[in-house]
Amino acid sequence: MALSHLKSSSSRSNLLKPLATAFSLRRPISTSTDPLTIETSVPFTAHKCDPPSRTVETNPQELLSFFRDMARMRRMEIAADSLYKAKLIRGFCHLYDGQEAVAVGMEAAITKKDSIITAYRDHCTFLGRGGTLLEVFSELMGRQAGCSHGKGGSMHFYKKDSGFYGGHGIVGAQVPLGCGLAFAHKYNKDDTVAFALYGDGAANQGQLFEALNISALWDLPAILVCENNHYGMGTAEWRAAKNPSYYKRGDYVPGVKTLDLGFSEEFSGHLPGDSFEYAFRAWLESVFLNEMKIVDGMDALAVKQACRFAKDYALKSGPIILEMDTYRYHGHSMSDPGSTYRTRDEISGVRQERDPVERIRKLILAHDLATEKELKDIEKELRKQVDDAIAQAKESPMPEPSELFTNVYVKGMGVEAYGADRKEVRAVLP
Amino acid sequence: MAMSTGLRRCGRRLVASVCNNREVSFSTTCQGNNVIQQLQHGQLQETGKSLNLCSAINQALHIALETDPRSYVFGEDVSFGGVFRCTAGLAEKFGKKRVFNTPLCEQGIVGFGIGLAAMDNRAIVEIQFADYIFPAFDQIVNEAAKFRYRSGNQFNCGGLTIRTPYGAVGHGGHYHSQSPEAFFCHVPGIKVVVPRSPREAKGLLLSSIRDQNPVIFFEPKWLYRLAVEEVPEHDYMLPLSEAEVIQEGSDITLVGWGAQLSVMEQACFDAEKEGISCELIDLKTLMPWDKETVEASVRKTGRLLISHEAPVTGGFGAEISASIVERCFLRLEAPVARICGLDTPFPLVFEPFYVPNKNKILDAIKSTVNY
Repeated sequence: MALSHLKSSSSRSNLLKPLATAFSLRRPISTSTDPLTIETSVPFTAHKCDPPSRTVETNPQELLSFFRDMARMRRMEIAADSLYKAKLIRGFCHLYDGQEAVAVGMEAAITKKDSIITAYRDHCTFLGRGGTLLEVFSELMGRQAGCSHGKGGSMHFYKKDSGFYGGHGIVGAQVPLGCGLAFAHKYNKDDTVAFALYGDGAANQGQLFEALNISALWDLPAILVCENNHYGMGTAEWRAAKNPSYYKRGDYVPGVKTLDLGFSEEFSGHLPGDSFEYAFRAWLESVFLNEMKIVDGMDALAVKQACRFAKDYALKSGPIILEMDTYRYHGHSMSDPGSTYRTRDEISGVRQERDPVERIRKLILAHDLATEKELKDIEKELRKQVDDAIAQAKESPMPEPSELFTNVYVKGMGVEAYGADRKEVRAVLP
Repeated sequence: MAMSTGLRRCGRRLVASVCNNREVSFSTTCQGNNVIQQLQHGQLQETGKSLNLCSAINQALHIALETDPRSYVFGEDVSFGGVFRCTAGLAEKFGKKRVFNTPLCEQGIVGFGIGLAAMDNRAIVEIQFADYIFPAFDQIVNEAAKFRYRSGNQFNCGGLTIRTPYGAVGHGGHYHSQSPEAFFCHVPGIKVVVPRSPREAKGLLLSSIRDQNPVIFFEPKWLYRLAVEEVPEHDYMLPLSEAEVIQEGSDITLVGWGAQLSVMEQACFDAEKEGISCELIDLKTLMPWDKETVEASVRKTGRLLISHEAPVTGGFGAEISASIVERCFLRLEAPVARICGLDTPFPLVFEPFYVPNKNKILDAIKSTVNY
């Protein structure tokens, strides 16, 4: 059985033990770039390709930057939650806390010349691409200083100069776009790739399979990243997908999963029903609540390794799917308390056992790269950065009313639009 | 206050303070669901309980499932009650085989519904937001609408009803606010229905479900919790393709549907204070629409104003305007006015500028009457 196999293969101390030469600490916080090798505690699972190595190359500087970046994202999302509740953020808002390792690990493996396209849970991906907190909070509150000049809001973050093709509002619609980006990358012959992110819910949209076929047909350097947080809105993955092994869903397209807990194999052949649900719950609890040390989409290093592997693969051989086993702490959007379709124990279990920020914190402490107090100080500093950015964003004015009419078409196209009364209120769109 | 008085005459009671802000909670937590609870226990026997629009829809769905064993309700998250709680209690009462969640795949959901309906079942589909209906556009336009015609009446999907919440709520942004009804009015073979209040919603939804043609039923999500009125307990249907004159007047005819009617009614009320008598018509069914009622009214008043939230260019108001000009050209005393959304994407922070609000309508009423 997959589960017991995992248990036996995952030595608990692997994570915390450096494999390379022991690395002695120095004060203050280490900024060394001496290589450090860390092994993921469970191997990657692959479909139609050899899995990447479990041994991840990193260095103290990178680990500390992971910590800093993820802690900043976490703080930002918590602050966005409060701003939404204070009605300073309107519209729809989907938070990323819990999934930070995906954004951070992916950035560590690629360059800003590679492009990324994602759905509406886009705040942290934007930050990872080099966006600023001010741009984030301004956009969330619909201010001029926002990354889309206040015209997009939470779901529509973009950053052209670093290849972030942004936040898209309709489930699954961004994946075919990602294939178009990949074609352009291939055409330019500059050894760059496109990452198209989608969730486990979107994995059941027909567009995804059209995108897979197109990219495989033309060997496009497209990396389809399924961020599997186990719930498509309020529906558990197995209720929505006959085969929740999303990395295998490409059939002829190879795939890699950062973690395979063996659920689908274990339960394949069972018809969904009450007994099935019971088995699923029991499985979730065994995975999340037992003392297993899991390396997965919650582990920035495993994500980095998988993305680096995928980029190399895609440049040589065409599309590949990465399935990141991850988890969102918040509900689907701000109107979803996130506790009606899953238990509080499940959420707190993930927080305790798999949290991406805590994982890196433990790693840093185990290698003596910084003290607990130094890490706390970093978090304090980040909290201040976030608070400052919010204060600054609040100072930024709303867009000019005339902006309502801009960017509908290319500038100066001369299209006439009509206002409330067609005869009296008409304007040539700027 | 003026606004609430005006609304009450329409048989509706809105919470005026919330109404001013055009805010609707998207909360998934149950509010006012004691009604639903009671329904589950079969306790509501007496007629005329006060219900909000969401509960009225819920009641209609209970009745539809109860009265026809071959009816099914499905869509994204519906077995948990749906994001707006419109389907609360259905799965518990009728079982997961008749009320079930689907994956997130609108094209698949509608296609599946068409097949189900083709075998003489009633497929009641929920698309979570009208903004998400576009992946299913092909299924609706090419499969559902033309099934009967191209099979020479051997097959049809008349049992298909697509429920979907539409419209502005004050802060929905680009993808949770649109009013796409006009796209579907361009497709012979489907019906498009939009209710204005709880009582209307219940009767029209039951008619739509039992209609022998595929129907798209747009629910004004702004009114889900805000609109409250007495709704008869029993199973009743309101006729489709029949408009209703909800306020009689002599100077100008106003035509609208759904949530926009409450805005128009406020404008009528204000116009009346300035001595302009407005006749307000709820079109209810946009396709096929009741030309006769509108024509009769315009023959009486000589003036017409149409208002909807969708962008003005190519909106359904254009169709109404053209038809009435054809029929009443010599009787018209002023050009037909259209007070609609602007020709821009539905904006986020600019929503107050975009929406056809009371003052825009009032101005147009005055300028049309004084033409």
